[in-house]
Amino acid sequence: MPDWLTPAILTIITASTPLVFAAVGEALVEKSGVLNLGIEGMMIIGAITAFAVGVNTGSATLAIISGAAAGAGMALIFGILTLILMANQVATGLALTLFGLGLSALIGHGYVGKTFPGLPKLDLPVLSDIPVLGPILFGQDFWVYLSIALAIFMAWFLNNARWGLLVRAVGENHDAAYAIGYSVKFVRMMTILFGGACAGIGGAYLSLAYTPFWVENMTAGRGWIALALVVFASWKPIRTLVGAYLFGGITIIQLHGQGIGIDVPAPIMSMLPYLATVIVLVLISKDASRSLLNAPACLGKSFHSSS
Amino acid sequence: MKKLNYLAKLSLAAIVISGFALVSPVNSEDLKVGFVYVGPVSDHGWNYEHDQGRKALEKALGSKVKTSYVESVPEGADAARVITKMASSGHGLIYTTSFGYMNPTLKVAKKFPKVKFEHATGYKRSKNLNTYSARFYEGRHVAGLIAGKMTKSNVLGYVASFPIPEVLRGINATILAARSVNPKVRIKIIWVFTWFDPGKEADATKTLIDQGADIILQHTDSPAPMQQAEKRAKWAIGQASDMSAYGPKAQLTAIINNWAPYYIQRTKEVLNGTWKGNQDIWGGFKYGTVKLAPYNKAIPADVVAMAEKARKGIMDGSVHAFQGPIKDQSGKIVVKAGERANDGMLAGMNFYVEGVDGKIPK
Repeated sequence: MPDWLTPAILTIITASTPLVFAAVGEALVEKSGVLNLGIEGMMIIGAITAFAVGVNTGSATLAIISGAAAGAGMALIFGILTLILMANQVATGLALTLFGLGLSALIGHGYVGKTFPGLPKLDLPVLSDIPVLGPILFGQDFWVYLSIALAIFMAWFLNNARWGLLVRAVGENHDAAYAIGYSVKFVRMMTILFGGACAGIGGAYLSLAYTPFWVENMTAGRGWIALALVVFASWKPIRTLVGAYLFGGITIIQLHGQGIGIDVPAPIMSMLPYLATVIVLVLISKDASRSLLNAPACLGKSFHSSS
Repeated sequence: MKKLNYLAKLSLAAIVISGFALVSPVNSEDLKVGFVYVGPVSDHGWNYEHDQGRKALEKALGSKVKTSYVESVPEGADAARVITKMASSGHGLIYTTSFGYMNPTLKVAKKFPKVKFEHATGYKRSKNLNTYSARFYEGRHVAGLIAGKMTKSNVLGYVASFPIPEVLRGINATILAARSVNPKVRIKIIWVFTWFDPGKEADATKTLIDQGADIILQHTDSPAPMQQAEKRAKWAIGQASDMSAYGPKAQLTAIINNWAPYYIQRTKEVLNGTWKGNQDIWGGFKYGTVKLAPYNKAIPADVVAMAEKARKGIMDGSVHAFQGPIKDQSGKIVVKAGERANDGMLAGMNFYVEGVDGKIPK
């Protein structure tokens, strides 16, 4: 096994974790029939809040929790606007992204130039020292394991849990769900808040572990990649997890290829993840029946109890 | 008839001039100076340093100037709108500080002949439009010398943005200098195809370190490479501003863009009426546009002395970063012995010098 493989995989894991959080959260939101395009905005607010709390308190755990709360706070704005005030979801989501980027810049003004020590890594006495697999399987920080657990839990939740099935019912046919006595708006508000918290954790992971500092715009489009991932994975949490690692993997392997001197056309490699998303979108829209199986039927539609 | 025509033209000109006087009162007592930035001023890099220059200008000229700026202006149509708005709101001098503002600036400059424009890093000029840049490669030369001496693995890692002449110039200056003091040095280059993406810059840095690089150089804007070098206990050279906050142990030195002297001098020229258009001004160490951050204490005294000798030599003209003989990758001589690369070659540099592996991405 080449000796660059272990570090490459470690880099891939760090690069993919923020995407896993944001994308799995959004998958749940979309399963309930809500399209929230504001992931980038929620992520960046999560990033700056977590960083500010981390720098001021020194506690990584408190920092990430604050990041999650801030992401959920942003999502709450989205929920109120789209569920109660019946605003258009697409426009509101875009506005949320712009708002988040601007607000984070304002909050973050005093934090440029500061750094955070990073997140503590798991260090098991024997297991973490196993060559190759040790550092990969047993040497990560807690949040990496949580992101994987989250994807597995979400897959179970959406397929087996009573509440998960309710989320899907609301996403597939909100009128029917309402008719049999469920509060569509309550369910959707819960998923929106959860999705916001996940995006916030993703952002917090960026500013605390991936590149532990704050600069404006540091999410650099990762919220949009997460959004694309959900479609790429056809709304399935485990596939979202795999997709995130695939996206991260392509990027990192491309960088390693350049370093080793393999003549890879870097722009094409950088384009690959997006190209893959476009291809999946084309395949999905080509076969209408297949898309119906996966895409929530009420995705992006506003619900009003009188309609 | 001819005379009448002449008079008509003259009066028309007078109307036009007075019209402009109304919208742009270039009063020598109160000059409004505008700045357009491509990113946020808090980026701790390119835009941050331009804004430091603006602040220094205000401080130096006091009540004689009023400055204003617009940050995060996308290159393209938006830029033309912002520059037009500045020109029509009484600014007498406008600095547009990103390469992509070249065509919008030229367009607006034609519409506002009374307003003076200065465009950074471009090559299109006119009567009321200058271009300016800095000889950052002079800083790269000194950085390359230090890197060549300090490396243990003999592998330098370079996080590069886009394969344009400015970036290639930096890579070539670095490797030429490094190999002049340590012929065994090799350079690994990773192109990230972005100026600013902290995550990707960090990933590229990790990759370079994993592949044996022990000194990281960057031509991207975020402090992520510096921070990764610090984390992995390697050396790094800061880019655009002093990044020692992100790498207190790692930063050997940093190449600092210091626009203040240029901004102050040009603005003074506008104030006293000696400003001329159609010029292309490149400042370097001598002009003060390129500076170095304090050397890391871990650098041995003889290496510091060598670096300082080179820096002073560049200032007095006895040292040049592109001193012949220089061969390109194929071994062809591009600069003959005893000669130096001229500014035309530097401005259009599109090749790797001998000692760089790999091909320039297309």
